[in-house]
Order: sequence, then structure tokens, then C-alpha cells
Amino acid sequence: MQSESHEQLHLRRSRISDRWFMAGVYGATGLFVAIVAGLFVELYAGSSSSIRAFGFNFLTSSHWNPVTNQFGALPMIYGTVVSSLIAIVLAGFVGVFGAAYLVEFAPRAVARPLAFLIELLAAVPSVIFGLWGLFILAPVLRANVEPFLQAKFGFLPIFQGFIFGSSLFTAGIVLAIMIVPTVSAITRDVIAAVAREHREASMALGATRWETMARVILPGATTGIFGACVLALGRALGETIATTMVIGNKPAIAASLFQPAYTLASVIANEFTEATSDLYVSALIELGLLLFVVSLAVNGIARVLTWTVLRPAKAR
Amino acid sequence: MTVGARREPGFMVTALLVADKLTAYYGLHPAIADVSLGFFAKSVTAIIGPSGCGKSTLLRCLNRIHETVPGAWVQGRVLLDGGDTYSPDVSAASVRRRIGMVFQRANPFPTMSILDDVTSGLRYAGRARTHAEKLESAERVLQLAALWDEVKDKLEMPGMSLSGGQQQRLCIARALAIDPDVLLMDEPTSALDPLATAKIEDLIGVLSNDYTIAMVSHNMQQAARVSNYTAFMLAGADRIGRLVEFGETNQMFTRPQERQTEDYITGRFG
Amino acid sequence: MTTTRSQLPFGRRPLTAHMRWRYGWSAVGVIGSGFCAGLAASLLLLILGYVAIQGVTALNPAFLTHVPRPVGVSGAGVANGIVGTFIVVGIAVALATPVGVFTGIYLALFGRGRFAETVRFLADVLSGIPSIAIGLFAYTLFVQPFHHFSALSASLAFAILMLPLIIRTAEESIARVPTRVREGALALGISTYSSTIHIIVPAARAGIITGLLLAIARVTGETAPLLFTAFGSQFWELNPTNPMAVLALQVFTYAISPYEDWHRQAWAGAFLLIVAVLILNVSARLVLRNRFEA
Repeated sequence: MQSESHEQLHLRRSRISDRWFMAGVYGATGLFVAIVAGLFVELYAGSSSSIRAFGFNFLTSSHWNPVTNQFGALPMIYGTVVSSLIAIVLAGFVGVFGAAYLVEFAPRAVARPLAFLIELLAAVPSVIFGLWGLFILAPVLRANVEPFLQAKFGFLPIFQGFIFGSSLFTAGIVLAIMIVPTVSAITRDVIAAVAREHREASMALGATRWETMARVILPGATTGIFGACVLALGRALGETIATTMVIGNKPAIAASLFQPAYTLASVIANEFTEATSDLYVSALIELGLLLFVVSLAVNGIARVLTWTVLRPAKAR
Repeated sequence: MTVGARREPGFMVTALLVADKLTAYYGLHPAIADVSLGFFAKSVTAIIGPSGCGKSTLLRCLNRIHETVPGAWVQGRVLLDGGDTYSPDVSAASVRRRIGMVFQRANPFPTMSILDDVTSGLRYAGRARTHAEKLESAERVLQLAALWDEVKDKLEMPGMSLSGGQQQRLCIARALAIDPDVLLMDEPTSALDPLATAKIEDLIGVLSNDYTIAMVSHNMQQAARVSNYTAFMLAGADRIGRLVEFGETNQMFTRPQERQTEDYITGRFG
Repeated sequence: MTTTRSQLPFGRRPLTAHMRWRYGWSAVGVIGSGFCAGLAASLLLLILGYVAIQGVTALNPAFLTHVPRPVGVSGAGVANGIVGTFIVVGIAVALATPVGVFTGIYLALFGRGRFAETVRFLADVLSGIPSIAIGLFAYTLFVQPFHHFSALSASLAFAILMLPLIIRTAEESIARVPTRVREGALALGISTYSSTIHIIVPAARAGIITGLLLAIARVTGETAPLLFTAFGSQFWELNPTNPMAVLALQVFTYAISPYEDWHRQAWAGAFLLIVAVLILNVSARLVLRNRFEA
């Protein structure tokens, strides 16, 4: 048996080390919660003078004039929404059907490298997407693709007007490329979960693999796919650097997609260090708050949508 | 020596480890109720019963591992050498240093060498700091566990590289390293092949000369072979486990006093 | 007398026009979705290809060892940005790892009920917030009060960006340590601190390291927060309380400038950046695979 004094000494020592340890564990967790809460608090505090000055007009006015200290964010909201919509339409289509192929139709030897390449696309820094978009994609779009669209579909107002290289259209495509991995990854999980349930029943009725996918699996996975798209949309809404490099940075609302535009994130990126007055800074921080709140809402919706499909499937 | 019947109070004075009206809960539901028995020094006590009767729960209450499951708690007392281990000013860690445990599936620590693993209880208690001290302790307990010859040349290898039976003996050595008063064993051979099982049963026999051992066994024959005392537990229709009979092994298996014990031993159920 | 289905020989039945139509459309569907998958996969190669071609031509030893020079002057480089990246990311790792891993320990081993659920939810929320908003937070906290751009404020922003990934992977890997290992550690009667830090966390280290590598990769390419935290610099800078050049920021600044010379440097810098990020990502996968083979 150990000596009594040795036993008791150690008891005290480990209790002290345990107390420090648990303090560290709870402290770290508390610090993390404080950071997230502090994020909202700081953004709100920083935008308070702008909120007081402009109120709701901030969101409805198109007048962005640093000289007269008038700030209306409507053009930026327009640019953010339209570029992100273009992105999600393109990325949604390619991502969902690509995911369907990878899960159900591709032979294993093909699916794994393809999936790997798509996942790695998500790791590419946004400044590189911007660089590629600016110097490689934009010239091609301006010289070939956009004139073609204007020639064939010029009756649509979105394809009319002078063709700029940096435009909503270019930004939409670059954003689409950036969010395809998000759509693809989540959609693959969702399709795999739904396919497990219904594939065999459908095939037993004589449907081809494609018919099973189109008529049974995809409809069953709609909620989850929608969630994947909403999540990807959230990413697109907050993207800053790549958009700034290819969207033209002009606060204007126009019908044509070939015109330059401005997004919420881009204006912060471009003008923050030049902001001369306190109200200017506060207005830009208010844009940041807007981005924060919108991404919160969008992410929340997306998680709810994907949980409803993935949770019951995973529980099996 | 006190023998037999359930409520013989004499064992509370003579036994080293005593469970006194122990009831263990998971949330609101008791898994075992009102269990009282004694574990005598330097002997092997087997706890047997059909699956679900609460044998493992009882064992895990003895070294206060039961309460590490969220929502699990205990009513009653466990007395080690007369002192209540559930008293508020006794830390669970100090209890576990005097009552060691070997688990159903061998659990060598994944990232450690055999030497580090076997001495981990000592090292993290602040003893065996130098390499020489580690080696000395390791050799002592690995000899006790009849594993030394097999691993003495590969002490730096990971514990997980050993066979199942060797891993279990490693875990036994690790538990012995901290020099506990009592060793708890929760179905120690149920995951092992017959040869490894036999080796460990021999080991238990040798260890019982110096250590007090409480062993849960799923296998009646094993209990009959290895133990000095046997406790038989049964869960009723309410799924609460209770102690049915406790006594010397020979007597339990030849002349059990309770009808339910006799039914179980003769294979009428369980 | 018509032949009923059951009297036909087993095997291929003659294809009706309707069946041909169905099979035709099914083939279109499969090929079309295959095209989509191929398109998505080739995008990476397309972008990497251009970065490699444009970047490698502009790469030279001077680029890696010299600081920026005025436009057109030869021998310019991004060495200060490379060093700055190491400093900013290094400090960020030092800040984020203890907070992230300990929060992961909390969630995996000690967290119960509503508070733990809230913490998990907040980690999810934080991972979706645009990095520029986090940059603004670092600005109001660390730049505005001192009227001074600094690498430290950038590290703060990066650390916050890394937290959700570190917390999630730490929690998952620790929770995956089998219960019997955890109970084995507790049964030895050692302190909670010892059993967690010396036995459980090392058992989970492969997953934790993977999360750390992925978080570093994510943050190495981040530019937006840097615009008003580290701000950039033309000179060698080792003091983290001063503004500092960071490679991703240099690439951005050069790319949007009007100068050919700087455009070439942007490509070269981008090449360095993508190589670093890819190495980190692939290493993370290798660590994970080794864990399963061990």
C-alpha cells in the first residue's frame, strides 16, 4: 500500500490541475461564444450612426455619394442579388446533374477522381478565381460569348447594351464556378440518401437508371437539393475578392447583364480604406452588418432544409 | 467465514470491499436495486447471471465508473476497508487508484508503446518519471501478468500490435501497476479464444493469492473453475437487477439455496 | 393468334418504338449529367493550368527573395509577402488552436444540453459569415482604437475564420475515440486533465491535425480581411504590430493595377499561393488516410 501522505499529496495536486483544466475548457468555450456574440455587437455598434442617419432609406435609395455623405445601398443589393442568382442557376444545374452522375451512373474508377477534382476546386483561393476571371475569362466573354448572346437573344433586355468585360455576367459565371463544389458535395449526400431508399423499388418496376433518377430520386431529394443551393447562394452573396475583380465596381442598376455593377462586399473592399468621414465608415460597416444578417438567415434556412432530408436517412 | 444467505450482515465486518444496499440509476430507471454483498480479501468473487441482469453495472459502481455516463447515479454505499467511497469528500479518482479495472474488450491506449502504456497509471500520477523507474515497474507487473517474456524485447512497440490475449494481459498489468487493493474484471475473456482464455484464467488463479478480485463472468463454467465465491443476479420483469444468492462457489454450484439459482445453474434458463 | 408475353423466349424482347424513345432519352440524361460532372471537374484543371503557365514564366529566384520594387524595375519580388503570410498565419494558428481544440474537448466530453447545442449552432453560423465581415470586426476591435494597421489584427481575423473548422474536427475526432479507451484512462484513477490531455486527445490527434491543416489552407488564400487589417507594405516587416505585406493581398493589389509588369507578378504570386494551398490540402488527406491504415 502507498504511504498515506503520498496518497493525500497527490489527491490535492490532481485536484488543482483539474481545476485549472476545467477552467481552461469552459473558458475557451466561453471565449468562443463571446467572439460570435461580439461580432454582431461590434458590427451593430459600428453601424449605429449610419442607421440613425438613414434608417430604412439605406436599403431603398440608389444614391451613393461619399462627397455629400449620402449613402443608399440599393445598387449594391441589386448587384449582389443578380450576380448570385446567375451563379446559383448555373451552378445549380451543373452541380445537381453532375452529382447525380457521380452517385448513380459513374463507374467507381471515374467517380472518385472526378469527385476529388471538384472538391479541390473549393480549396482554390478567391483571389485566384478573380485573377483568372479578369485576365482569361472576361476577354473571352467580351470578345466571343457576349456578342453571340446579343446577336441571338438580343430581344431580351438582359442581353442588350454595350458589352463590357467586367460585368454582372462575368461575375455571375465566376461565382458559379466557385460555388459548384458546395452544390455538388451536399447534393451527392442527399442523392445518396434518397437513392438508397427508392432505387431498387423503381428499378424493379422496369424503369431505367436515368428514369429512376429523374422521376423518383431527384423529386424525392428536392428539399435537400434546395438546401444545398441555398447554402451555396449564401457563399456567393458574401464573396468579395473574386467579384470585386470582375464586376466593374460601378454603383448602377441597369437591365443589361453586360453592364458593370457593384456588390455589398465589393464596395466595402474598395472604399473602406479611403473612407474619409465617420459616417462613411459607419455606412460601410452597416453594409457588413447587412451581409452578416443575410448570411445568417440564408445559412439557417439551408441547414433546416438539408437536415430534414439527411437526418432521417442517417438514422437508419 | 460467512457463507450463503443474502442478508448475512457478518460480511460487512470481515470483507475488504462491501456493497451496501446499492441501487444504480440511468436517469430515472434503476438498473440494479438494493444489492448488498461482500468481496473478501485475497479471493476471487464471480458475479454471474443472464445477460441484462446488471452484473456489469454492479461492477462499475464499485470503482465509480458508472457515474461517468451522463445521467447515471448511485444510491447506497460502497465500503473499502470500512471507508465509504461515495462519501462527498472522497474523489472518484482516488477510489479508482485503489480499485482497478480490466474491461471486456482489451483497451491498450492507441498511441502508446507497451512500456508507456503499462506505466501510464504511474506516470500520470506523478511516479515512475525516469526511464529506469519505468522499466522497473513495467518488468514487475508484466511478470505478474505472465507477459514479460513475450514482450521484453519489444517494449517500444505499440500495445495495439499484440494479439487479443496479450493485449488483455497488458491491460491487467497496467491495472496492477498502480498497486490497487481490489481488481475488478468485467468479462475479461469473453472476446478471446479458448487458449488465451485459459491463460488468463490461470493468471487469475495466481493473482488471487495476493489480490482481491471481483469478476463478472458470462460463463458459469468459468466461474466455477476460477472463483472462491459466487454472486448470482437476476433481473425481474421490471428489468431491475437484484442479488438472488451469494456464497462459496462449491456450495452454490452443488447445493444452491434459492430455486432461481438452481434453475439458472442447471440450465433451465439464461 | 397473338403471341402473349409469356410465350416469347426469355431474353431480349423486340424493342417497340416507345421503348427506343425511352432508352434514347435515358441515354441523353446520363450523358448530359456526365458532361456536367466532367465540366465541373475540368474547371479546376483549367484554372490551375492557366495559373501554372502564366505563373511559372514570371517566377525567378529574385521573385522569392526580393521585396517589391517600383513598376518596371527588375528584380522585384514578394519575399516580404511570403514572410508576412507565415507570420500572420502563424500567430493566427497560435490563437485559434487552443481555443478551438478546448472548445472541441468541451463539446465532445463535457458538453450537455442546451448550452452545448448552442455552441455547436454558433460554430455552424460562424462558418457561413463572409470573411469581410470578420475583417470589419477585427478592424473595429484592433485597428480603430489604436489608429494603426497591424499584422496582429489580421491574425485575429484569420483566427476567427479558422475556429469553426478546428472546433468541428476536434469535436468529431475526440468523440470518435472509443468509450473503452476513455473509461480505461479514467479507471486508472488519474486526473481528468491527465486522462484528457495525455491519453484521449493524442488518440484523436490525426483528426485534429487534419482540421488544423485544412483551416490553415483556408486562411492562407484569404484576402478580403487583409485589406484593412494588415493593409500591406513595401518593405521587410517582422513586427506584428505594424502593417505587413501578405502574399494573397499582394496578388490582389498587383492584379487590379494597370501595369503589365505587376500583372505578371500577380500570376507568379498566385502560382505560389495555389501550390501552398494544394500541398496543405493533400497533406490533410494523407494524414487522414494514414490514421485508418495505422
